[in-house]
Amino acid sequence: MMRFAVGDHVRVLALGKKGHVRIPHYIRHQTGRVVNYCGTYLNPEDLAIGKTGGKAVDLYRVAFAQTTLWPDADHALHDRLIIEIYDHWLAPIEDTRHAP
Amino acid sequence: MPHDHHHEEHEALVIEDEAGNIEAQIIVDALQEVLIRKGLLTAHEVTAAIAKLESPGIHLGAKIVAKAWTDPAYKQRLLQDGRAAVQELEIPVTEARIIVVENTATRHNLITCTLCSCYPRSILGQPPSWYISKAYRARSVREPRRILAEFGLDLPRDVQLDVHDSNADMRYLVLPEPPAALHLRTPEDLEAMITRDHLIGVARDVA
Repeated sequence: MMRFAVGDHVRVLALGKKGHVRIPHYIRHQTGRVVNYCGTYLNPEDLAIGKTGGKAVDLYRVAFAQTTLWPDADHALHDRLIIEIYDHWLAPIEDTRHAP
Repeated sequence: MPHDHHHEEHEALVIEDEAGNIEAQIIVDALQEVLIRKGLLTAHEVTAAIAKLESPGIHLGAKIVAKAWTDPAYKQRLLQDGRAAVQELEIPVTEARIIVVENTATRHNLITCTLCSCYPRSILGQPPSWYISKAYRARSVREPRRILAEFGLDLPRDVQLDVHDSNADMRYLVLPEPPAALHLRTPEDLEAMITRDHLIGVARDVA
C-alpha cells in the first residue's frame, strides 16, 4: 500500500544512515511535493552490502522549489528540482507553505 | 621504523572520478593482468566487453526523438512508459525504467546525477566527462541557469527549468522541441540534428 499520492506534500528525513545511501544531503529536511510514483525497488542501502532478499520499497519522484533549496542562488520562482526518494526517507506534512 | 601515517597526504593522491584517475587505472590494470595470467579472462573478452559498453550512442537517442516528433501516438507511449517505447525500436534497455521529460515552449528539462554518473547508458552509451565531473554534479542543481549559460543557452526566465537528479533507480532522457518545418524533413535529417546535449538538456533549440 502506497503511503503517498501524487500532489502530497512531504518532508525528506535525515536518517543519518551510513553506507550506500542514495538520498543526498542537500535534499534532507526539505519539503516538496510528490510528482510521480515509480514503483517498488530493492533498497540500495541493502543491495550495497549484498542483502538481496530484502523487501522492495516504494520510490517516489518529489519536486522542490529551487528558491527554497538554494536561497542565495539565481533561480526563477517556478524552477524546480525533482529527485527520487525512497518511502522510508519521507514523512507526510500538513504545512504546504514552502512546497512548489 | 614506525609507520608514520599522515592521512592528509594520502588523501591528496586520490583523484576521484575525474578523467585522470590514475590510481584506479593502476589497480584495474593490475587486476586485469592477474586475471588474464590465471586464465580467468582473455584480453579479447575485455575489449569485447568495452566495445559492447561503447556501442550504444547518440544515434539511438536521436532515433527515439525523431520517431516521437513524427508519430504522436508513439510520443504518448514514450512519455508514459519510456522503457517500453524505447524497446519498441529494438533498442535493448538494461535500465529498470526510462523517464522521458518533454521540453515545451514554457518548460526546459536538465538531467544530472549528483551522487555519481547515472545515465541511460544502454541507449546513449557512456556519459561525457563533464557530466561525471564534480563541478557539473554540484552546480547543475545549485545554479543550473549558470551552467546552461556556460553551454551557450540563456534560458528566458519565464521558461520553467526542471532539474532532474537521477539519484536512484530512474534514468532520464529529454525530449527536445521539434525544429520548424518538421514535415519537410526526412527522419535521417531530423536524427542528424539531434545532439547528445539536447538529450541531457544542456542544449535546447534543435535547428
